Amino acid sequence: MNEFLWLIPALPLAGALVLILTRGNLSRTVASIIGAGSVGMAAIVAIIINLDFISSGQQAYHQVLWTWMNVDDFSPAFAFYLDALSVIFIFVITFVGFLIHIYSIGFMADDSGFSRFFAFLNLFVCSMLILVLADNLVLLYLGWEGVGLCSYLLIGFWYDEEKNGYAARKAFIITRVGDTAMAIGLFMLFSTLGTLNIQEILTQAPQAWTVGSQTAIAIAFLLLGGAVGKSAQLPLQTWLPDAMAGPSPVSALIHAATMVTAGVYLIARMHVIFELAPVAQLWVGIIGAITLLLAGFSALTQFDLKRVLAYSTISQIGYMFLALGIGAWSSAIFHFMIHAFFKALLFLGAGAVIMVLHHEHDMFKMGGLKNKLPVIYWTFLIGAASLAALPFITAGFYSKDQILWLAWAGEKGNIWFYLAALIGALVTSIYTFRMVFLTFFGEEKTHVGHGAGRLITIPLVILAVLSLLGGFIELPHTMGHVTLLSDFLQPVLPDVVLRPGTEQSEWWMQGIAAILCLLGIYVAYFFYMKRTDLRAEIKGATYELNRFWFSGWGFDALYDILFVQPFLYLARTNKNDFLDKINEGMVTGANFFHKTFALTQNGVMRWYIMGIVVGAILILSLGLLLH
Amino acid sequence: MNNVPVEAGLILAGILFILGLISVLIRRNIIFMLISVEIMLNAAGLAFIVAGARWGQPDGQVMFIFIVTMAAAEVSVGLALILQIYHQIKTLDGDAANRMKG
Repeated sequence: MNEFLWLIPALPLAGALVLILTRGNLSRTVASIIGAGSVGMAAIVAIIINLDFISSGQQAYHQVLWTWMNVDDFSPAFAFYLDALSVIFIFVITFVGFLIHIYSIGFMADDSGFSRFFAFLNLFVCSMLILVLADNLVLLYLGWEGVGLCSYLLIGFWYDEEKNGYAARKAFIITRVGDTAMAIGLFMLFSTLGTLNIQEILTQAPQAWTVGSQTAIAIAFLLLGGAVGKSAQLPLQTWLPDAMAGPSPVSALIHAATMVTAGVYLIARMHVIFELAPVAQLWVGIIGAITLLLAGFSALTQFDLKRVLAYSTISQIGYMFLALGIGAWSSAIFHFMIHAFFKALLFLGAGAVIMVLHHEHDMFKMGGLKNKLPVIYWTFLIGAASLAALPFITAGFYSKDQILWLAWAGEKGNIWFYLAALIGALVTSIYTFRMVFLTFFGEEKTHVGHGAGRLITIPLVILAVLSLLGGFIELPHTMGHVTLLSDFLQPVLPDVVLRPGTEQSEWWMQGIAAILCLLGIYVAYFFYMKRTDLRAEIKGATYELNRFWFSGWGFDALYDILFVQPFLYLARTNKNDFLDKINEGMVTGANFFHKTFALTQNGVMRWYIMGIVVGAILILSLGLLLH
Repeated sequence: MNNVPVEAGLILAGILFILGLISVLIRRNIIFMLISVEIMLNAAGLAFIVAGARWGQPDGQVMFIFIVTMAAAEVSVGLALILQIYHQIKTLDGDAANRMKG
């Protein structure tokens, strides 16, 4: 079965090409069959290959399609590499991607750019699959830039509105900063190791460098730069909240479930280099810890439903980075997978709510949807519970709890990481249930339009089931100790080493996490259901802080002062481009001589004859003098 | 023949040439300007003859024949042009024919 691996990215690519080349001339039915069908076929192929891969117990499968280019000793192949890590990623991308495509058929039904939307989505799925299947970093970079392009196209999908185009450009430019760092990292890798094949790098790097070597640290930091840009971590996180300008399925697929976790994938994939550079790995954790807190507090103050989810995405990816930073590789991948389920679910649910409320984004104008939209309410509630890590029944609890515990008990963990993760968990459950109470409880404030169709509710239900049950593939020591996922990932990603004497602490750590989650829900209940009168008082007392958090800790303003304004100033100062003066000077000179010589053509023949005579005399005398 | 010095011939040619040039410059009647050009041509021809006699070569006389031929052709074209100019501007004043100035 493995030889059909190439079909997985090829099918969405074919779908995208058909939809692009027909330029929207297909009927909506045909376009949706091609768009969703190609990804659905890819999902089926991926699931069959994955089952085959798991049941045969093989370690890796390598498929070389052709040599991409051959320059001296640099010959990256167009080749796919399937191992445990890519198995999980292709499953999530194709399966969640397929559900979101199905949802989009319902969601985008009345949109004029229907076919264009599916073309971009298919192209995105193809690029993302290339990214996670690539056997060398050049091919990975192709996928990396491909998803960046599709993200740009889809954020600015409704390009009629100027601010959407602005958000798209912002996302593209900010991620480009990280991509540049990553490209330099790839150049350094090639110049020191002479190869960009991932497996060769992973085997050669420990021989080439000792732990803490300067080169390894530099490369690790440059790769981290790329990951930070793509995964919207500090300090390049500002693009993600604005990326919510795109349609909700795009937010669900690209800016929550898959693309933004490409940075997590990159670091997990290149984990050997990060192990050789402990400083860089520590910084992965620090960035994750700070980001999860900053984004969590920002999410508390948002009123746009989708922006809450955007900040919570940044925060949850912060958890994944934290896990990577402490060397809990498989925990990061576990959380990635569960996060993909519940965050896609939440975004799709939010999209459905926004759709039935006639594009109302403001949570304070929602309310009382519990009885009007029961399916959306229950699935959204499950997603929210999973995000808040409600103990025992949700998948989010198991994945987040593992990170929380390892932040303390892991060999590279420490108390600060643990505290950051713990506070983050409390904040997460507060803002999550604030969102739920505001949206679904209380009195109805906006008229509910027509309900959501089956195409919208079925993906929600499937994702809700996964958000509940997905966690049972990996249970902690205290509860059954199931390690299906980490055992499966073990050939690719090493197990986390525990600090001695921390094994006993696991049960009370879980207890604290569970209590904090419930406390957070109660806080949200208290302020948004029970004593709604207190809200205005608190908001008035902490107005400045509220504004500060609302603006995402002022990062946009800071970057505006640091980069945008100086650049605009330079642009204004140099409006008459001084380099252009050289060219303009040539034109001016030619013009001047033209005017001067035109004066000599005065129509008086005597002047012409004198000119000839003077010229002849000059030439003759010059000839005589120089002779 | 031989006792005429070369310098004398060349000076005569030079004087003729300058006379022709000056009259081209100061005359306003186009026909007189044409005649002056003929004088300049003949001055050049005289210089060739003198030089040919000085070196005892036939080339000078060959050149003179060329010049005479060319002068005949030039006069025929020149007179035709003068006729046309006269048709156009009803005068033979060269300064009046300045409509092509830039």
